[in-house]
Amino acid sequence: MSIEHTQGHEHESHAAHDEDHDHKPTGFMNRWLFTTNHKDIGTLYLVFALLMFFIGGAMAMVIRAELFMPGLQLVEPDFFNQMTTMHALIMVFGAVMPAWVGFANWMIPLMIGAPDMALPRMNNWSFWILPFAFAMLLSTLLMDSGGPAAGWTLYPPLSLQGGQSFAFVVFAVHMMGISSIMGSINVIATILNMRAPGMTLLKMPLFVWTWLITAFLLIAVMPVLAGAVTMLLTDHFFGTSFFNAAGGGDPVMFQHIFWFFGHPEVYIMILPAFGVVSEIIPTFARKPLFGYTAMVYATASIAFLSFIVWAHHMFTVGMPLTGELYFMYATMLIAVPTGVKVFNWVSTMWQGSMTFETPMLFAIGFVVLFTIGGLSGLMLAITAADLQYHDTYFVVAHFHYVLVPGSVFALMAGAYYWLPKWTGHMYSEKWGKIHFWLSAISVNILFFPQHYLGLAGMPRRIPDYSTQFADFNMISSIGGFIFGASQLVFVGVIVHCVYKSRQAATGRVWEGAKGLEWTLPSPPPYHSFNTPPVIDSTTVAHAGEAH
Amino acid sequence: MKKQNTFIVATAVTAAVIAAFWLLLAAPGYTGNEINMTRGVTPQSMVHYQLHMTILWICVVIGVIVFSAMFVSIVLHRKSKGHEPAKFTHSTKAEIAWTVVPVLILVIMAVPATRALINMEVAPETEMTIKITGFQWRWKYEYVEDEVQLISSLHPDSNAARRLQSGTDPATVENYLLEVDRPLVLPVETKIKFIITSDDVIHSWWVPALGWKRDAIPGFINEAWTEILEPGVYRGQCAELCGKDHGFMPIVLNVLPKADYQRWVQDQQREMAHQEADVKRLWSREELMTLGENVYATQCATCHQADGQGLAPGFPALAGSGVATGPLQDHIEVVLHGREGTAMQAWGEMLSDADIAAALTYTRNAFGNDTGDVVQPQAIARIKNG
Repeated sequence: MSIEHTQGHEHESHAAHDEDHDHKPTGFMNRWLFTTNHKDIGTLYLVFALLMFFIGGAMAMVIRAELFMPGLQLVEPDFFNQMTTMHALIMVFGAVMPAWVGFANWMIPLMIGAPDMALPRMNNWSFWILPFAFAMLLSTLLMDSGGPAAGWTLYPPLSLQGGQSFAFVVFAVHMMGISSIMGSINVIATILNMRAPGMTLLKMPLFVWTWLITAFLLIAVMPVLAGAVTMLLTDHFFGTSFFNAAGGGDPVMFQHIFWFFGHPEVYIMILPAFGVVSEIIPTFARKPLFGYTAMVYATASIAFLSFIVWAHHMFTVGMPLTGELYFMYATMLIAVPTGVKVFNWVSTMWQGSMTFETPMLFAIGFVVLFTIGGLSGLMLAITAADLQYHDTYFVVAHFHYVLVPGSVFALMAGAYYWLPKWTGHMYSEKWGKIHFWLSAISVNILFFPQHYLGLAGMPRRIPDYSTQFADFNMISSIGGFIFGASQLVFVGVIVHCVYKSRQAATGRVWEGAKGLEWTLPSPPPYHSFNTPPVIDSTTVAHAGEAH
Repeated sequence: MKKQNTFIVATAVTAAVIAAFWLLLAAPGYTGNEINMTRGVTPQSMVHYQLHMTILWICVVIGVIVFSAMFVSIVLHRKSKGHEPAKFTHSTKAEIAWTVVPVLILVIMAVPATRALINMEVAPETEMTIKITGFQWRWKYEYVEDEVQLISSLHPDSNAARRLQSGTDPATVENYLLEVDRPLVLPVETKIKFIITSDDVIHSWWVPALGWKRDAIPGFINEAWTEILEPGVYRGQCAELCGKDHGFMPIVLNVLPKADYQRWVQDQQREMAHQEADVKRLWSREELMTLGENVYATQCATCHQADGQGLAPGFPALAGSGVATGPLQDHIEVVLHGREGTAMQAWGEMLSDADIAAALTYTRNAFGNDTGDVVQPQAIARIKNG
């Protein structure tokens, strides 16, 4: 209560000065480089993520082009390995994670009734580190020793065979980590301190909840990654032997440390997606989210379990039987809270009054295709079967199903859902739907045959393959090219919406939308809530159900 | 507009359904491609296949139930049909049900999964042992009891065809990328223990027909076992990214009836005895150059390239290099013990003394390195034995 009291006080003093402050800074540098505004920083994050999505996507196109036919036609194997490594690093750290931070920046203050993020200057810095980190990472491709080529997992001893450019990769990862940690501190500080009076924790939109939990995951694991890559750095350049068996080190220890980071990391990419989908489905089903409290607990359970399952990525390294059994059982358990989420989404749609605008289409696509990825994940948890699946295209298909039609579809759903709110204009529904159908079909042509390839015995991370794998690789590549090209439609829709669309958006935008962000005009004022909004069943979705 | 949307959606759904069915049913038959895990030829592989199918079908049933409920809702509960939204928001009973039922399904899945794992990891008494050593980008196999050893590399035909823009159609190469120069020969119906390690980076030894893969890790010795029930040729690949030629280190098993296997072992032992005698004699320069060219082509050229020009930046040129034209002692040292932190192997334990002597002689006289040095196998043997 005391927190809310002081908050109210703060708002009052803010409001007194507002007449002077509620205009945008003028000049490009002031507006963007020195900005402390959550919306402008959110926009920067989203634009940066989209740029990285295309750079990482271009690398994926190189990969799929080389794999189009057996034989090496386009690139040398070493460059191919640089492409797979960079594609993963760019997509994970440059596209998906910054995109979610962009959503957090834009939406969390709007959703909890705050004027801005809690720590605006740090917010500026946490974004502006990123372009430098990725310029450094990408510059390694132009260096003599080339980009990193040991896979995004950077397993030693292979990663230690890289040349001088490896130092740049390590420092780039450090910078991304600092950026993520600062972003997370900001999210936690904002959610815990800046909620409008009456916005209790169990009235918060699910997107805010999932981000709160994601932020704790980030703060817990990014330092672990930083530690792991620092040990690689000293092993490579300063003669230590953390992971060098000849010097008494342990190469498997790196894998344990890496995956202690790596498994929570995959939930960092998917939990905010759960949040967005949990906002969108109720809106277009015109029915409140089913089992709100259960959804919050399920998210927290998934986050907890993510810390205790890491070695399921390492079933083939030679673990004791008891270790393998433990990690198998623990991993299988994740299916329970994840299932609860899927069942709740379906129950939200059940007996609703649904319409199928683009955000809803992407959200439904997410639920279906993420579930397929989740089920193949359950198969991978079965240790004995994983001794066959591990490091094959089956795994590639699995994690792309949860990341592309999983995370990325949720990002697109969110983008279409809030674009009218952000810009004040409606996007083209027709082109949005074209984008959805092209993406949804091609993503399956791209990734579904990879299940077959993996089961039939094609290992991952190979630049060339035996002729028995030729047909499905060609199908997959064709799907890849269509999927890649379809994303240009997305850019077209965004550019049109921002600059050309003449159809003004209302404050509510969607008939069934509920939540504080819809109580503001579109676009919202530069400083979101100057006075604390009223929290009741007319303004927030979960006002009446918390128990 | 409305009609047009419906048309687009209907067309797209039809296309997706047709594509999915084609992939599921027509494509495998049409192309002759395998789309499922192999049953394999060992007790483990069959158990793993069964386990895979059980879990797959459970997942398919769960998927069908969940997606059906969803699509029924999408068809019936839409605003365009005038469906009014219901008011319910939660049900503790439902939440408990869909927590408890999945837990029970998981328990049912865990039973065969646990049994399969115990069967895999608790090895029976084995009758013979093979030590497998992975190195960039070959496999070394040592028959511990029979004292035979061999190095298995990508077959020269595949190796030539897999060069960038080689001009060779992979379809014309038999078992493209899945053929080796010397396969691992094993007896049928014999319980075999594998001990698996690596000399440089992490590799993973995987033959799908055996039903498992296991990482080869420097400084670690992993164990696995098998009993192959049918004679035949079984193919696999390295499954852990191990550098530029990760895609080019296949594994081929030639599984023979027991009597044939015994004959093969004896042949190998004779061959090795012959090689041992060969080390003691004095070799001519021509002999060494001929053998050396051969060894260089199969072992060294992957990195240092056929013309000795290397492959910048990781793989230095030998033509005119300080090592290949400098003091002989240093050159021998590098070849025998490798160079830490680079892809240069310690060849001392990998190749025979004659092979090493020949390769040294060749590289010190080829590519314009006219040092005139001749390295005798005896000299290598002396250095290795201290």
